[in-house]
Amino acid sequence: MNNNNQKISLTIDGVEVQGKPGQTILEAAEAAAVYIPRLCWMKNLTAAGSCRVCSVRANGRVQSACTQPIGPGMVVENDTEELRELRRNLIDMLFVEGNHFCMFCEKSGECELQALAYRFGITAPKYPFMFPQRDLDASHPEILVDRNRCILCGRCVRASQELDGKHVFGFVGRGTTKRLAVNAPDNLAQTDAEADDQAVAACPTGSLLVKRVGYAVPVGQRKFDHSPIGSEIENSDVQD
Amino acid sequence: MAKPKVATTSLCGCFGCHMSLLDIDERILELVQLIDFDRSPINDIKSIEGPVDIGLIEGGCCNEENVKVLQDFRKHCKILISVGDCAINGGIPAMRNMVPLEECYEEAFLNGPTVVNPSGKVPDDEEIPLLLDQVYPCHEVVKVDYHLPGCPPSADTLWEALTALLTDRPVELSYELVKYD
Repeated sequence: MNNNNQKISLTIDGVEVQGKPGQTILEAAEAAAVYIPRLCWMKNLTAAGSCRVCSVRANGRVQSACTQPIGPGMVVENDTEELRELRRNLIDMLFVEGNHFCMFCEKSGECELQALAYRFGITAPKYPFMFPQRDLDASHPEILVDRNRCILCGRCVRASQELDGKHVFGFVGRGTTKRLAVNAPDNLAQTDAEADDQAVAACPTGSLLVKRVGYAVPVGQRKFDHSPIGSEIENSDVQD
Repeated sequence: MAKPKVATTSLCGCFGCHMSLLDIDERILELVQLIDFDRSPINDIKSIEGPVDIGLIEGGCCNEENVKVLQDFRKHCKILISVGDCAINGGIPAMRNMVPLEECYEEAFLNGPTVVNPSGKVPDDEEIPLLLDQVYPCHEVVKVDYHLPGCPPSADTLWEALTALLTDRPVELSYELVKYD
């Protein structure tokens, strides 16, 4: 019954936006060249709504923009000091919960977690570092799993299932002991994972890396060296 | 009027951040017009004479001496700045934080593949500062007023922060000056 020509009118930070039925707040905002920060969301994957970085206020209630559908007359707050602080705090927590050594990470400059911290101008986290014990799985001939850098966004889990048609990754444990697991008795080498799997490319951090790529792009030419994450959306044309 | 005083030190760092400070190139001539150095490896003064306007800390705290120096800086510096990733998050030295201290000692002095140590003992001379249980970021030990991330922070980042503070401008780092690598 959804008519794709039908428009739903809502406002984001006071600006009127026309969305389509079935769109989430994040999708409608993106079509209107409004960037809502996100981490666990990825195009062509089922939204998980787990990282909460895309939290907005929709009609006064905090919702994850990647899962909340738009509605007529909806009033969305996105770029407010309250929400910026909430997002900053979430990013801070992701940094202190893991072991993120950006200075030697191959993903540095292309990492979405780092890029979000840059966008928010974070010079140091406000929370104490946990320095947790995490392990590394280098068993696979072409793929490295470094759980020190894993933020449990689940993008690889969903990409493996939904795009690769495999079930290479999953989560085990809960709370602080939750970790990325592989679908094999011991390690990644025992799975059907391949270097060109979408699941590997889906990792926003340096937790899943293709081996022997190294520091392929020079400093100064990397994705987030000069322009903040999301600026490509903010500079895009408004879609009808 | 006396020029503002700047003190610098490297705790558990590699002096790379100090090298980056020297990387401001000819602007260093401008800088010495603006400031006088108190304790710093640049002039080899070993203890703070104080009072100091701006203290620059490179490196985190890995041993008891680092903590004492850092506390001394905090006591004498009006503004204290963590310079570089090691001061801010422990950096490379903090990779030992996931390894029990005893194992670190054994690897370094007893069982490591390149160890030559006929005594078979871990050095325990009282001149050697005791290692802390882990490497701590500076702001987890004393209050730190500003953080300049980077490994090292670029010369432009250091220049921008220093000149802002010395000319009473707010420290506002542009997007390209906040980097973690």
